[in-house]
Amino acid sequence: MTRRHSLGRRIGSVAIFAVALLWAFPVYWMINSSFQSAPTISALEPTWLPFGGTWRNYSAVLDGSSGFGQAMRMSLMITALSLVVCIIFAFLGALAISRFKFRGRKSFVLAIIIVQMLPAEAMFIAQYKMIAGLNLLNTVIGISVIYIASVIPFTVWMLRGFVAGVPADLEEAAMVDGCTRFGAFMRVTFPLLAPGLVASGVYAFIQVWNEFALASVLLTSDASQTLPLWLRTFAEPSTLGMIEWGQVMAGSVLVAVPVIIFFLIVQNRMTSGLVGGAVKG
Amino acid sequence: MTSPATAPAVVDAPTPRSDAPRATKPRSVRALPYLLVTPAVLALLVGLGYPLYWQVTNSFKEYGLAQQFGQAPEWVGLANYVELLTGSQFWAVLLKSVAFMAVTALVTMALGIGLALAMKAVNRWARLSLQVAMLLAWAMPIVAQMTVWNWLIDSRNGVLNYVLSLIPGVDMIGHNWLVNPWSFFAVASVIITWAAVPFVALSVYAGLTQVSGEVTEAAQLDGASGFQMLRRITLPIIRPILVILLLLQMIWDLRVYAQIELLQGFGAAGDKYDLLGTYIYGLGIGQGHFGVAAAAAMIVMVFTIGLSWFYVRELLKEDN
Repeated sequence: MTRRHSLGRRIGSVAIFAVALLWAFPVYWMINSSFQSAPTISALEPTWLPFGGTWRNYSAVLDGSSGFGQAMRMSLMITALSLVVCIIFAFLGALAISRFKFRGRKSFVLAIIIVQMLPAEAMFIAQYKMIAGLNLLNTVIGISVIYIASVIPFTVWMLRGFVAGVPADLEEAAMVDGCTRFGAFMRVTFPLLAPGLVASGVYAFIQVWNEFALASVLLTSDASQTLPLWLRTFAEPSTLGMIEWGQVMAGSVLVAVPVIIFFLIVQNRMTSGLVGGAVKG
Repeated sequence: MTSPATAPAVVDAPTPRSDAPRATKPRSVRALPYLLVTPAVLALLVGLGYPLYWQVTNSFKEYGLAQQFGQAPEWVGLANYVELLTGSQFWAVLLKSVAFMAVTALVTMALGIGLALAMKAVNRWARLSLQVAMLLAWAMPIVAQMTVWNWLIDSRNGVLNYVLSLIPGVDMIGHNWLVNPWSFFAVASVIITWAAVPFVALSVYAGLTQVSGEVTEAAQLDGASGFQMLRRITLPIIRPILVILLLLQMIWDLRVYAQIELLQGFGAAGDKYDLLGTYIYGLGIGQGHFGVAAAAAMIVMVFTIGLSWFYVRELLKEDN
């Protein structure tokens, strides 16, 4: 009886392992192809392992003429601006809703939640008209204004949990010991919130860094492309219908790897966060 | 934003009410929370509030040839909505989008739940390998996902056609998967499912680990079979998570824009391959019919907010 049970478990484990391989295959294939020379990659027989590969695809992408560096600069500027503003604004908002009880608090919380439900994809036209009206198409400021507004709600919601997790008593104790309210906050609460700020920051980073749809609407000139837009252009067939797959995959790896690393840092919070409250009751 | 990582995390710490303002507090302290929320509120008003206002009002206005020469758009009441809802094209795109959403969301949920249950039943090394594989797929930026899949299904050198052609009697080399609209949407659906299943599977698995061992043991002692335990005990306990996940999948799959846009760029342009997102984009920014596009966007918005309402209710419960 137990033997049959463990045999079934072993077969199941092998099957799940096969599913894992299948799921990871596209990612593996991206990396594998990025190391192959143009003749190897266009051979009829696929090359399954990257042994004897070449770095040439990467040097072609990183070479100035591909536009990668320019797109990287644009992405960095937009992400940095959006991130800094978003974290500061969201942090202040989170403080207000988790440390104070005030008239309008409930409406603010409700607005934060409802705004997240507005389908961004249904607002592009309006956002495009607004940014075009302000003459801010193809600028860092123009798109950042929209990104900040899109990421703030979730960031407030996430930070609110972290702020609530630091007991207000700690602050009050410091105030009894002679700190001002502001001093108590800066010396006691703020350091304890650092992990929360990092987590929300990484989350906002991923959102903005990856964003494709709005960028494709607001950043139409070649010079203002962000990395996702650059990769799209880079991956489209040339006028002769040719695609340098090795280089496209090297570009994809360069775009994906930083995100994957950051993602692995925060992912735990994203799943357990969503589910944590739902079952406990 | 479109990434499946946008699931709002519900952090379960309760809101402390300990320092509620007392009547004796000075005015400056009472003003403090308002000062704190002001920057966030202003940012939301500029980035989302104004566009929303523009969209609502402009869905009642006409943008025609005259407006391209600088005339102010004319107020036309419900004409844009009537035009959309009486024409056949909007309905066709809407139906296609809803069907696409239904199939993709259901397949994603079924695979996600199935894999989560399987993860509980198998050995540690198998579970770990699946978790790692899923995290990799989940973390991929959308554009990178699409370039990789476009390479996998490439007609000449793609691995998919090569592997299929290994089957005796099948020759798929040279087959373009993006030409036939059915095949185009199937490809889109597979890619979206591949990227979305990890979120569902890992969330459901996290939920399953919270089902207490005592309950399942008791059921086992009472002689429940594996299937009975699943149907009568496990699934009812994790039901709240399943409802939230299904709603999120439906909302995300209805709104899908980037994947369709990219696939069209890679191989197949034309209205045959449109879903709501690309259709509205084409109407507005493509053809300059901003009024009709705004009306179409409003219909989609009302539809998604309707779907989201249950989700919002769940989140509000968390706040109290």
